[in-house]
Amino acid sequence: MNVIESSGLSKRYHSTWALRDCTLAIPAGHVAALVGPNGAGKTTLLNLAAGLAAPSAGGVTVLGGRPAGSPAALDGIAFVAQDMPMYKNLSARDMLHLTRNLNRRFDQQYAEARLGELGIPLKRKAGKLSGGQQAQLALTLALARRPRLLVLDEPMAMLDPIARHDFMASVMTAMVADGVSVVLSSHVLAELERVADYLILMSRGRVQLAGEVDDLLASHRVLTGPAAEADRYAERLSVVHARRGEAQAHLLVRSTADDPVAPGWEAHPVGLEELALAYLREQTEVTR
Amino acid sequence: MTALTVIARAEDDTSLRPVPWQRMGWVTWRQHRATLAWVVVFLGALAVGLLLTGHQLHQAYVTAVAACRPPANSLTCPNATIAFDGANGFLANGGILQATPVLIGAFAGAPLLARELETGTFRYAWTQGFGPWRWTLAKLVPLAVVLATAAGVFSLVLDWYYQPYFVAANQNMGLEELTPFYPALFGLRGIGFAAWTLVAFAIGALAGMLIRRVVPAIAATIVAYAALAFAAGGWLRPHYLPPAVTSSLNIPGSAWVQSQWWTKNGTFAFSGWPPESLFAKYCPAGPPGPVGPNGKPKQVGLAQCLTPHGYTQWTSFQPASRFWPFQWIEGGWLLVLSALLIAMTVWLVRRRAT
Repeated sequence: MNVIESSGLSKRYHSTWALRDCTLAIPAGHVAALVGPNGAGKTTLLNLAAGLAAPSAGGVTVLGGRPAGSPAALDGIAFVAQDMPMYKNLSARDMLHLTRNLNRRFDQQYAEARLGELGIPLKRKAGKLSGGQQAQLALTLALARRPRLLVLDEPMAMLDPIARHDFMASVMTAMVADGVSVVLSSHVLAELERVADYLILMSRGRVQLAGEVDDLLASHRVLTGPAAEADRYAERLSVVHARRGEAQAHLLVRSTADDPVAPGWEAHPVGLEELALAYLREQTEVTR
Repeated sequence: MTALTVIARAEDDTSLRPVPWQRMGWVTWRQHRATLAWVVVFLGALAVGLLLTGHQLHQAYVTAVAACRPPANSLTCPNATIAFDGANGFLANGGILQATPVLIGAFAGAPLLARELETGTFRYAWTQGFGPWRWTLAKLVPLAVVLATAAGVFSLVLDWYYQPYFVAANQNMGLEELTPFYPALFGLRGIGFAAWTLVAFAIGALAGMLIRRVVPAIAATIVAYAALAFAAGGWLRPHYLPPAVTSSLNIPGSAWVQSQWWTKNGTFAFSGWPPESLFAKYCPAGPPGPVGPNGKPKQVGLAQCLTPHGYTQWTSFQPASRFWPFQWIEGGWLLVLSALLIAMTVWLVRRRAT
C-alpha cells in the first residue's frame, strides 16, 4: 500500500507553479523524509495530500487509493501543519476534548498519560506553552487519533536542538509501537538523516529523486580520477554531478558496486547528504 | 511509550460512518461561547435602556392621550404632546439600533472563518476526521439560529417600545402617528430585526471565507450590509405588493403613500406638485390651507382649488394592514438569501479554493 500516491500532480498559485507534474508513490511502513530548499513545493505537496488545497492538475490519493480530503482519507491521516497551529486561548485539556469530538477515534487515556509524562499541564493554555511543548501537544493530538499515516510539515522549524531530539524520539516510538507510517518535511536533510529510511528530494516544484535510502545509496557511487579524462569518461556514465579540481575530478554517478571502474579511477560509496546536495545542485545548474 | 488502550482498527474502513453531527455541539459552544456572551450582554444592556426610556415614553403617551383626547384640554394638551415627542430617547432614533443587526453579524460572523484562515488554525480544524465542510455547516447553522433567536427576543422589546407611535387614533389627537412602514423602524419591528441579524451573520461568514482576514472581513460585511439595507428599503420594499390606488383625499396617517398624481377628464395631467402656470391660474391666492412638513401646502388644500376645475388627485399607497404580509415577505427573502450565503460559504470551504 502506498501512503501517498500522486500522478501528474500540479498546483499553481496565480501565475507561479508551486508544484509541477509530481508523480510519486510513498510506500507504507517508512519514515519518509521530504527534503528540499525553501519554496521547493514540500508544503504544497503535503497540503494537497491532506486535502487542504485542490490540485490544479493531476491527482493525489492516500492510504491505498483514498482521494485526498475524503472522509476516509481524513480519518486515517493525522496532519500536523507547519508552525503547529492550535487555538492559543484553549487549554491543553480543551484541545484534547476538541480533537476527541472531531474524530471517530481518540485515545484519551493515551493522550493524558503522554502529556503527563512530558510534564505538560492540562490546564495551561496552548498559547502559553513553550515551542517544544506546543509541538509535543500537537504530536500528542495527532497520535491519539491512532492514524495510519502521520504527516508532519516542517516539524523541527520552531524547536531547539533538545526539543528536536525529544520530538523525533516520540515520532520514532509511535512508528515502532503502532506501525504508523510517517511523512515529514524539512529543508535541512541533516535533521532527518538518522530517522528517515525513505527520501524524496524536491526542488523548484519538482521531485528530483525518490526512493528507499538504502537503495539510493547502493545505486550511486563517487568516482575519482584524473581530471583530464573526466569529460570523456562521463559520456559513458550516468553522471548526476561532476566536480572538477586541478588534477582530480569527482563524478557522482548512478551505478552499483558491481559495475566495473575504468583504469586509473577509484569508486567510493556516497553519503546521503552528499547525494542529496548533488541532486539539488544539479537542478539549480540546469535551470540557471 | 505504549498505548494504554488498544483500539481495534477496522482495516476496511473506506465505507466508514462519519463522525456524528452532535459532536460539533461542544466544539461550537466552546469556541463561540465568549461571542455569544458578548451578544447577550450587548442586547441585554440595550434592552434595559429601552425598558427604562420606554417606560417614560409610555407614561408620556398615556398623559398625552388623557390630555388631548377630544374634547381636548387646550391648556395641557400642547405640553403633553411636547413631552411625548421628547420622550423618544437617543436609543430609539440613534443609529445604534439600526446598526445592531450588522454589529452582531459582523463581529460574530466575519471572524468565524477569517480568524481560522488568518491564524492558520484551519489547517488543524479541516484535517480532522469530521471534515471541513461539515465542520463549517455545523458551526454556521446553530450559531445563525441562536443569534437570530436572540435578536427576535430582543425585538419584542423594540415592538413594545415603539407601540405608542402606531396607534391609529394618534393623528386625530394631534399626536405623532407613524406608518408601520416607516423606513427607519420597519426593519426593527416584527420579524425584521431577527431576519436582518441573520443575513448580517451570513454575509459576515461569507466575507470571512472570501477575504480571509478578520478586520477587512468585518469592514466588508458592514459595507455589504448597508448596501443591502438601503437597496431593500429604497427599491424592493415598495414593490412587495402592488399598491392600492384611491382618489380619496382622506388618506389615513398609517398609510405608506408612494406616489400622487392628477388627472383631468380621465387623462394624466401631472404628478406631484402642479406646474407653476397651473398653480398661478387656479390657486392665485397662494398656497391654501395648512402647510405640510415639507413646507408645501397639504394636498387637501391643493385639491380645494384644483378639484372644481375637473382635476382629480390619485394616491397610490400601502395600507397599514399590509404590515405583516410585508414583514413575512421581507423576512422570507432574507431567510432565503441567508441560506444561500451560508450554502455558498460551505461550498467554498468544500472546494477549498486557495
